[in-house]
Amino acid sequence: MSLAIDAGVSAPTLQEAMEFIWSEADLLDSKSYAEWLELWREEGIYVVPIDPETEDFTATLNYAYDDAEMRQARVKRLTGTSAISVTAAARTVRTVSRFRQLEVEGAQIRVRCAQHLIECKRGVQRLYAGDLTYDIVRDAGSLKLLRKVVRLINSTEALGGIAYLL
Amino acid sequence: MMAAQARDPIDYSELVKPDRVHTALYRDEAIFAAEMDKIFQNTWVWVAHESEVREPGSFKATHVGLQPVIVTRTREGELQVLLNRCRHRGATVCEGRSGRTSSFVCPYHGWTYGLDGALRAVPYPDGYPGLDKSDYGLVRLRVESYAGLVFATCKPDIEPLADFLGPAKRWIDLFMKQGAGFGVKAAGEHRFRFPGNWKIQLENTTDAYHFPLVHRSFLNSVDDQTGELLDVLNQGGFVEDLGNGHSVMVMIPDLVDLECDLDAPIPERFEGLAADLRRDHPEDVVRRVVRAVGGTGFNLNLFPNLACSMAFFRVLRPISVHETEISHIAIGMDGGPEAGNQARLRLHEHFQGPMGFGSPDDAEAWARVQRGVDAGPDLWIMLNRGMGPDGVDNQGPGLGDVSAETGMRAAYQMWKRMMCA
Repeated sequence: MSLAIDAGVSAPTLQEAMEFIWSEADLLDSKSYAEWLELWREEGIYVVPIDPETEDFTATLNYAYDDAEMRQARVKRLTGTSAISVTAAARTVRTVSRFRQLEVEGAQIRVRCAQHLIECKRGVQRLYAGDLTYDIVRDAGSLKLLRKVVRLINSTEALGGIAYLL
Repeated sequence: MMAAQARDPIDYSELVKPDRVHTALYRDEAIFAAEMDKIFQNTWVWVAHESEVREPGSFKATHVGLQPVIVTRTREGELQVLLNRCRHRGATVCEGRSGRTSSFVCPYHGWTYGLDGALRAVPYPDGYPGLDKSDYGLVRLRVESYAGLVFATCKPDIEPLADFLGPAKRWIDLFMKQGAGFGVKAAGEHRFRFPGNWKIQLENTTDAYHFPLVHRSFLNSVDDQTGELLDVLNQGGFVEDLGNGHSVMVMIPDLVDLECDLDAPIPERFEGLAADLRRDHPEDVVRRVVRAVGGTGFNLNLFPNLACSMAFFRVLRPISVHETEISHIAIGMDGGPEAGNQARLRLHEHFQGPMGFGSPDDAEAWARVQRGVDAGPDLWIMLNRGMGPDGVDNQGPGLGDVSAETGMRAAYQMWKRMMCA
């Protein structure tokens, strides 16, 4: 937490952050990926680490480590028709809860919460549970994502193909 | 045993023809059980890269076929591969994936083993009059390594690893050049499972034919120069049978030897990396790192469970007749520039793993194979691409083409040899 956008702007409240995160979850379950991209600040990072302990995401192997360019490429892939895993992607329903404010600095809030995501593909349901940590900033009157870290509880186990966003 | 007796013995030689294999190879549980015995207990199986068990006391838990094993580095620096099973009542003695330890202690009754598998101590030993501890060490497999690749075997009298690898050794040496003079290290792994037989994956690392179609979405996500480089069917590549089920598929001939052409222009996508590297490294190091950062231009398939695949190690682990686990182990330069290693990690994440732009599409295709073969159980899996009408396999440099199914034919001939032995 080092980036203060504007000293005169207040950080999002926990309530605002929760509403933002719920709305993001709804966008992802409905695969509204183009709208999801709009939630981000340009310098934001979306990361799904493997190592449960790591904080240095650039120096370790992740499932996804997306800057703006990779987020756009990923959304292009997920909204296109050329990937056979995407055209057959699982449907998902996710619940986000157990919100806790970790830190507030300047116009930013850091929130941790739990996510239970159930995917369904060809009659098989699979559960991905994880901790989500969000850095959310108030920027020109709206809330924007600076960082989202998805720590799956089974990150070091074998997963299935995931052709959607966690 | 009743079921086995009730069934006619399987004639494996009838199931593998020069240009096709029978669908039963993907579906039959009895064949799967026989494979775990006749193949995975009777050959060299890759278990680790030496960098994963670098220091005395390092260990890695893995499998040889269906059997859990521990790869350890003893205090003397020797590599050991031990069955992960207490000799008393059978509990695993190690549940960590990897780490450092001085011993393995069974959680059930406390039998304690050294890193070399020797039984060191038994609680309340008076209950075992005349116990000879040397009879109850963890079972040791035979271990040999080549160029950092560690293999183990349950067959004590098997040929030396170097003989088993044969001409593949030259390609392993070429593959390791992506260490850019620093050496190669394992740098994390993506693991995922797909609902399909292990041989579907074995085939895939020697299948260039699927690349432009299955990986169209990945190819759409790279710059034009990289896209041209990865136009793998049109680069003059080839496939070559290297014996013992091994094969090499050269997709980008210009990237076979990463120590050649070091003065070639730096590709546009690596210009930023080159600029980063130049801050701390002389130009010759910059050139070597950039040349090697995307990996080699070939896949080396080593029967039965490892591929040295362009820029990573692909390890397959059979789970059941219709489920397979894949590890894609990223490769880093051992002690090489951090910027280069981070670039390698990002390239790995781009294609590999459950959220990569490549692997999920492969996994979908493989799953579709396993679903499809429920139809027509007496039909054949065709492996005749690149085979002449006279049955001659035009293979090797300058002959045949990169999308020939030569590597699959090589693997299945080895399968047949081992299953019929």
